[in-house]
Amino acid sequence: MTVSNADVTTVPGGATSRRRTPAASPGTGTRTSGTSLRAQDRSGYLFVAPFAVATGLFLVVPTLYGLWMSFTNQSLTGAGSEFIGFDNYVEAFRDPQVWETLWHTVWFTVLSTVPLVLVALIMALLVHTGLPGQWVWRMSFFAPYLLTSAVVWHLSNWMFQPDIGLLDAWVAAIGLEPIGWLTDENVAMFSIAGVTVWWTVGFNFLLYLAALQGIPQQQYEAATIDGAGGWRRLFSITLPQLRTITGVILVLQLLASLKVFDQIYMLTAGGPNGSTRPILEYIYDTGFTNYRLGYASAISYVFFALILVFTLVRLLPARKEA
Amino acid sequence: MAVADIAAVRRTKALQERAENRTLTRLTIGPSPWARAGALIALAVIAVAWLVPIVWGAITSFKHESEAALPAQLMPATGWTVEAYQKVLGASDLPLWMWNSLVVAVLVTALTVLISAMAAFAFSQTLFRGRAFMQWLTLAAIMMPGQILIVPLFREMQLLGLVDTFAGIVLPQVVAPVMVFILKRFFDAIPSELLDAARIDGAGPWRLFWTIVLPLSRSILVAVAIFVFIGAWNNFLWPFIITTDPQFMTLPVGLSTVKDAYGVQYAQNMASAMIAALPLLVVFMLFQRRIVQGVATTGMGGQ
Repeated sequence: MTVSNADVTTVPGGATSRRRTPAASPGTGTRTSGTSLRAQDRSGYLFVAPFAVATGLFLVVPTLYGLWMSFTNQSLTGAGSEFIGFDNYVEAFRDPQVWETLWHTVWFTVLSTVPLVLVALIMALLVHTGLPGQWVWRMSFFAPYLLTSAVVWHLSNWMFQPDIGLLDAWVAAIGLEPIGWLTDENVAMFSIAGVTVWWTVGFNFLLYLAALQGIPQQQYEAATIDGAGGWRRLFSITLPQLRTITGVILVLQLLASLKVFDQIYMLTAGGPNGSTRPILEYIYDTGFTNYRLGYASAISYVFFALILVFTLVRLLPARKEA
Repeated sequence: MAVADIAAVRRTKALQERAENRTLTRLTIGPSPWARAGALIALAVIAVAWLVPIVWGAITSFKHESEAALPAQLMPATGWTVEAYQKVLGASDLPLWMWNSLVVAVLVTALTVLISAMAAFAFSQTLFRGRAFMQWLTLAAIMMPGQILIVPLFREMQLLGLVDTFAGIVLPQVVAPVMVFILKRFFDAIPSELLDAARIDGAGPWRLFWTIVLPLSRSILVAVAIFVFIGAWNNFLWPFIITTDPQFMTLPVGLSTVKDAYGVQYAQNMASAMIAALPLLVVFMLFQRRIVQGVATTGMGGQ
């Protein structure tokens, strides 16, 4: 049942625990969990089984199935599942809709990511001053994040209403013409990005806040004694220490923004004139409105390639920390 | 007596926090009253801007329908009313959707936490052939965005006969490789002396898991559970794809169809939105500290 240390290190996967405990020499007593007495029976299989089965059924199988489908002309009606080689991919690369919706996705990502990082940073810096009202500030900045997309749609759609909406009332109050928040092709994507910032910035705000709380106070004390003023402390201590977390937030946000669907689908349904339709909506339309499952799968994999690039970038800093 | 103790502890904690905050203020913006006032004003402006849509929606939900769509009038002129709430709670599918959402979110949360914790335990505390491969697969699974799988996954569920069933909504959502890694990292940090002592006393892996590892990990389990619950309660895309029967619609999916069902009835729309928003807002108010900490520990793993 039990095995000696020497045996353990030769077991596949044992490398993980070795790397984490370089100081595990006998007698130090600082070993982290289980190197000597780990259950060497088959119980591991039992524990991992439910997760493995679920992952297999709902992640591995659809991934492979989707890849297979992308080489067929399968339809939602069940008709046609002949192998047609790379035809779908050739079509996708020639399809202007693919490029257009891909561009909308990237444009939305740029428009939303920049303020989602900057506004979150400003919010966190302001709250981290420890000024009175902490609970209120946290609550109001984070609350929209707790709303489901359909509620966000109802609230923002109400704000955006022509004539009766609050935004048009404000615009009128400063003497400007009403704006077609969701109906003007030049404005709609900005409106959607604005709603998204309002909705999800709270999450990044909390990430920044946690990072700020991790900065040792002695550094501020020392700087104060050296006569550094508030701005000086901000630029010389606080901001440099936030570089790592900013990288993490940036990549997380890019990945989240690329997968935009809910709010666009509800606010504009991709309109006006298809000017806000993201690639996920095109995949949905192709598969579930036009029933072309094979082609929709092919577009999915083109999109996946794009996301994979960002994901790999994200994993790099994570590995450095480990 | 005990209640008085708890109150005393709370008071001490609050005092401590206030002192910490004061130190923080001194260290960050310094003693200048102008700088402090400026920061407070900035905070207040952002907070108001962030609350306006919710507050305006809330006010609208208490107006008479005839008055709700009048041009940008903030307060109701003809008095407050709960008419809209009575209508959406009495004569719409809203209560059904809320019930569905609750069932789905609770099932997703319970199953996800259980199977993720079990897998994390297997990775952290047991040795088995293929463990390295399984861990690699889990890592790779994190990179797979579920959104691009909607087409093949729907087809698969169709073949399994799970379209328009709770199983069809719930099961694909319980695969949370990120949570497995977060929990594994936590389990790795449990002192091995504790586990080894139990092992010497003859405790099997199940005993270790249920009586030592899980109770010691309560805080991280709660954090994971809260985030899985929020995610499941708010999830739109998958329930939207897999349900066509209004009877199985979750709250987000049902609410997104309201446009067609009611026409433009703003008071009722806002009442529905408020009812839908309330559960999580209450959860947040109750667990604010936990959630703020939870974002730090679980948020890094991704959304």
